[in-house]
Amino acid sequence: MADNTSLGPEAVAHMAALSRLVVNREEEALFARQFADILGYMDVLSKVDTSHTEPLFSPVLHEGITREDTAHNRRSHEQVLGNAPDADGQYFIVPRIV
Amino acid sequence: MTDICSLSLTALCHALQTKQVSAEEAAQACLTRIEATEPAVDALLLVDAQAALAHARELDAAGPDPAQPLWGVPVTVKDALCTRGMVTTAASRILEGFTPFYDAFAVRRLREAGAIILGKANMDEFAMGSGTENSAYKKTRNPWDSTKTPGGSSGGSAASVAAGQCFASLGTDTGGSIRQPASFCGCVGLKPTYGRVSRYGLIAYGSSLDQIGPLTRTVEDCARMLAVIAGHDARDNTSAPCPVEDYPAALAALSGDRPLQGLKLGLPREFFGQGLAQEVRDVCEAAIQQAASLGAEIVEVSLPHTDAAIATYYIIAMAEASSNLARFDGVRYGRRAPDVKNLEELYVLSRSQGFGQEVKRRIMLGAYVLSSGYYDAYYRKAAQVRRIIRDEYLSALQQCDLLCAPVSPVTAWPLGSHSTDPLEAYLMDAYTLSLNLAGLPGLSLPVGLGADSRMPVGLQLMGPAFGEARLLAVAHALECALPALGSPAL
Repeated sequence: MADNTSLGPEAVAHMAALSRLVVNREEEALFARQFADILGYMDVLSKVDTSHTEPLFSPVLHEGITREDTAHNRRSHEQVLGNAPDADGQYFIVPRIV
Repeated sequence: MTDICSLSLTALCHALQTKQVSAEEAAQACLTRIEATEPAVDALLLVDAQAALAHARELDAAGPDPAQPLWGVPVTVKDALCTRGMVTTAASRILEGFTPFYDAFAVRRLREAGAIILGKANMDEFAMGSGTENSAYKKTRNPWDSTKTPGGSSGGSAASVAAGQCFASLGTDTGGSIRQPASFCGCVGLKPTYGRVSRYGLIAYGSSLDQIGPLTRTVEDCARMLAVIAGHDARDNTSAPCPVEDYPAALAALSGDRPLQGLKLGLPREFFGQGLAQEVRDVCEAAIQQAASLGAEIVEVSLPHTDAAIATYYIIAMAEASSNLARFDGVRYGRRAPDVKNLEELYVLSRSQGFGQEVKRRIMLGAYVLSSGYYDAYYRKAAQVRRIIRDEYLSALQQCDLLCAPVSPVTAWPLGSHSTDPLEAYLMDAYTLSLNLAGLPGLSLPVGLGADSRMPVGLQLMGPAFGEARLLAVAHALECALPALGSPAL
């Protein structure tokens, strides 16, 4: 486990950057404290011997079912663009990229 | 006719099919009840009275249909589930005004069964919370005591069922979010086996943990709802291709004076240790005693890694949340920050303005436990411990038929109790979340009121994968033998 006692504002800013979020000064200090508490608590796992245990990522019991890789045209442009903050009837509009 | 809203779903179905009550009368009774009780409970984010009444009139014009098991039954749906043409926000500002053009699988099943969707139930934002206090829109209050939480994250669903606003509600359970609010509000709540109900159209939180299920006033009502929403769906690859049992019929399997004769109930000793409030222990033990007098053999079992389950659960849930919530970027739907200079700023500001604090916390911690240098120590480690916890459940269920424990260590707490310390709130989920790690089914049954708080207490029955029929049958036998909880005075 990581050394959580040292979790500072820089670490919180790094976590925010990974998450595509910005946090203000106040949140930065609050989160630094709370994250140290939470990650410190997670340390309980270091006491569990998992040297011979495979990870379990999903509780699914059945085999994955594959289907034909065929394209379907189930949705209209109007439906798909209906909730867009900005669209022109054909495309989503975003700020200029290049 | 007695007050329509006080009927069970099962009794209402009978009254509708025999034309003692029309679909419009049932819908109108619920809408009147909603108007009368919403100021006290604030359970719903949206009520579409016009659409509900129009649907009811359509049904009445065609006449009752015995092939539609929920013909004319008014229900509510947690706002995490997509409803065609009905705003769906997951109680988040980032989805304000979002109107899906399709129904979630479970919602479509409800409509096909003839149910009338009255509105959308409040919840913790993106289902992240245990008190419905993390909603971006309103705080729901417990119908039994408006100074207390209804639980969460499906708190709006539980409160709407307990307040008599509807006959059933759909909730979702990632770490206890159906069972705990059902327990706090005195309802029946079922988290089915992972894969029993398709998650298509559910706004994802922790995809390997999330499961949709019903909240109702009786076990029989719950069986009827599950029979409608269970089943395979090719659009959810984790949906199980195994047959659906006749859950309402299964209830009759256990009858007579000693309906639980031959049943072995296992009590995990770790769920009855320190931290369990005396009033919850007393009510649960009395119910277990009742099960014994109905013929059940009570044995003690052990789930030794229970103390590691909370950390395991939160690492996995947060990791999956950080990945799932990456899709909210202000481009295709949802909130977009105004006056942005470039695409990166559009992502960052839209997300920062749209998400609430608890959601940000979980996304950031999730990104951290998945990040380079920490993945093995946190996420992979948690996935390994998850296997140990799952195997312990399977081993305990080799020693007995069902497991039995309190749903929550306490009854509903006063609103605002855990608002400053998120870790303190996470610890409250100790008795529910390990079942989601194992992917097994669990049912919360109201078994009495706490002696001190006079608030409902739920007993949790947990079973093997796809063992819902037996879970419901045992719960039904116990429910019939226990004194009724009554209804909250609203």
